[in-house]
Amino acid sequence: MLAFVARRLLATIPVLAMVALFVFLMLRLTPGDPAAIIAGDNATPIQIEEIRDRLGLNDPLPTQLVIWIGKLLQGDLGESFFFKMKVTDLIIQRVEPTLALATTTMILTLLVAIPLGVVAAYRQGGWLDRAVMGLSVAGFSIPVFVLGYLLIYIFAVELKWFPVQGYKSISAGLWPFLHRLILPSITLSVIYIALIARITRASVIDVLGEDYIRTAKAKGLTNRVVLVRHALRNAAVPIVTIVGIGIALLIGGVVVTESVYNIPGLGRLTVDAVLGRDYPTIQAVILVFSFVYVLINLLIDLSYTLLDPRIRY
Amino acid sequence: MTAPDLVDSAAQAAASAQRPSLFRQMLRNHSVTFGTVVLLAMVILGLVAPYLGTIDPASIDPVWRNKVPGTERTITLPSGEDVAFIHRMGTDSLGRDLYSRVIYGARISLIVGLFVALISVAIGLTIGLVSGYIRWLDGIVMRVMDGLMAIPNILLAIGLVSLWGAGVVTVIIAIAVPEIPRVVRLVRSIVLSIREEPYVEAAISVGTPLIPILYRHVLPNTVAPLLVQGTYVCASAILVEAILSFLGVGIPPETPTWGNIMAEGRVLFQVFPHNIMFPGVFLALTILAVNLLGDGLRDTLDPRMAKRF
Repeated sequence: MLAFVARRLLATIPVLAMVALFVFLMLRLTPGDPAAIIAGDNATPIQIEEIRDRLGLNDPLPTQLVIWIGKLLQGDLGESFFFKMKVTDLIIQRVEPTLALATTTMILTLLVAIPLGVVAAYRQGGWLDRAVMGLSVAGFSIPVFVLGYLLIYIFAVELKWFPVQGYKSISAGLWPFLHRLILPSITLSVIYIALIARITRASVIDVLGEDYIRTAKAKGLTNRVVLVRHALRNAAVPIVTIVGIGIALLIGGVVVTESVYNIPGLGRLTVDAVLGRDYPTIQAVILVFSFVYVLINLLIDLSYTLLDPRIRY
Repeated sequence: MTAPDLVDSAAQAAASAQRPSLFRQMLRNHSVTFGTVVLLAMVILGLVAPYLGTIDPASIDPVWRNKVPGTERTITLPSGEDVAFIHRMGTDSLGRDLYSRVIYGARISLIVGLFVALISVAIGLTIGLVSGYIRWLDGIVMRVMDGLMAIPNILLAIGLVSLWGAGVVTVIIAIAVPEIPRVVRLVRSIVLSIREEPYVEAAISVGTPLIPILYRHVLPNTVAPLLVQGTYVCASAILVEAILSFLGVGIPPETPTWGNIMAEGRVLFQVFPHNIMFPGVFLALTILAVNLLGDGLRDTLDPRMAKRF
């Protein structure tokens, strides 16, 4: 087991290194002079030269890479041009809303998608199954921001059940915090629910054909016990895998949802950084999100042994 | 958005690609019919946009700002003639006719969807074939692809567009790049299984060079799964383009796209929801059509999967 954990951790390093290399090259190998882009249209050549110096762009590429990686390992992501502060501090400031949104979305998704998927599998071919499958295709197709505005219009503007936009920190009290998170979480969870419900259904259907399910039914266990303890348990590995891969959807969705609901998180920061041509911040956000994505999937890989005792490494 | 399980199912679709009456099966599939009809309607809408009672989608008229759908007015044609004109979907905050913008917007979405699918499939196919067949290259290529796939696709597209500047071509490339690794993985998995087939071994044993083997034996097996995968890529590309344009980093507002029309309508959304709702409906309907087409193609190309999904 320990050897497996070590091996899996080591296998993650090349991926992270590759991500870092891409993010580094994105700015360096871009057509045109990044310093000129950063300086803007009205900059004088002296200003551009100054920026080149500040960014270390006059050094050879490998030197730049080594310096950049060295700083990265110390947690130094550079300085934001737009916000005029250290990118690391900027990201720390913006983490809370994104984390809150992602957590509530994840809880909501699992609470809705897994029961839906299991019931659809149990009633395979029935109207409920068709409804779940149909909604799942619709969920994949409706763009996050269209859904977001639709929900705002119905539940905030017309019915006035929720505030239209904004975010309150959890330190302002639990209800104001949750009240403003409900619509964004629903918005963000729809595509994720579509994905997880689909894979839950498919995995449970696979398992339902197994002999031990027939045995469990034959010995008179209730449907509920058969479905949850026998079917769902054995279908857990593919479901959890897709939950992990779906984090990429969640991250993309966070960027959009935070813009729609005006939530000052990392997603909003990404858009602000792009609009402000704040390259160090763009690089840092992409790097942080990708690392989180890779590390969550690492944890999920490691969880397989807990979920399915048959898997031994 | 394409789920990886769909990739696998697409790979399995390879086995049953060549069967008689495939076309008739597709016609009988409701998803394919619905998807094709809606998609065709959108294509026609985009093609004949100038003849559908539209006016210049970029013409700004400050007097007629933020009009609700159905507002009537008189406009002067370039020929000097006055005609009655109805803003069927109202106008945006710069007085541009929303109906015209939405109809013209179909063009960009379809162009982006089509070209992203073509480019990512073409490049992914090439890399996948080479990487699946040349062992020593495989390790390096797949590490690079793993790295690319570790960056969430919308973020990567946003990052690339921010560097290359906004525009149709840069948006297409920026959306295609994150899709390539998924195509490469699919093609590579097919190549790895096909190269062990007896007929490939036989071809090698009689001295057929690499290129004809790839072309004659491996390539045909990739057609069906790539068709399915390409459809999903197309749906995803239309969605990502709308997201980029909506966030203000995609295609600039002079060229109307469903995404940037919605971006325009964001500020006054609470008072004039039509700026978001009309393009939103068109966008969702188009993506739904492409997704259903993909599902239908997958089901007809591989009936075994049809039972499960």
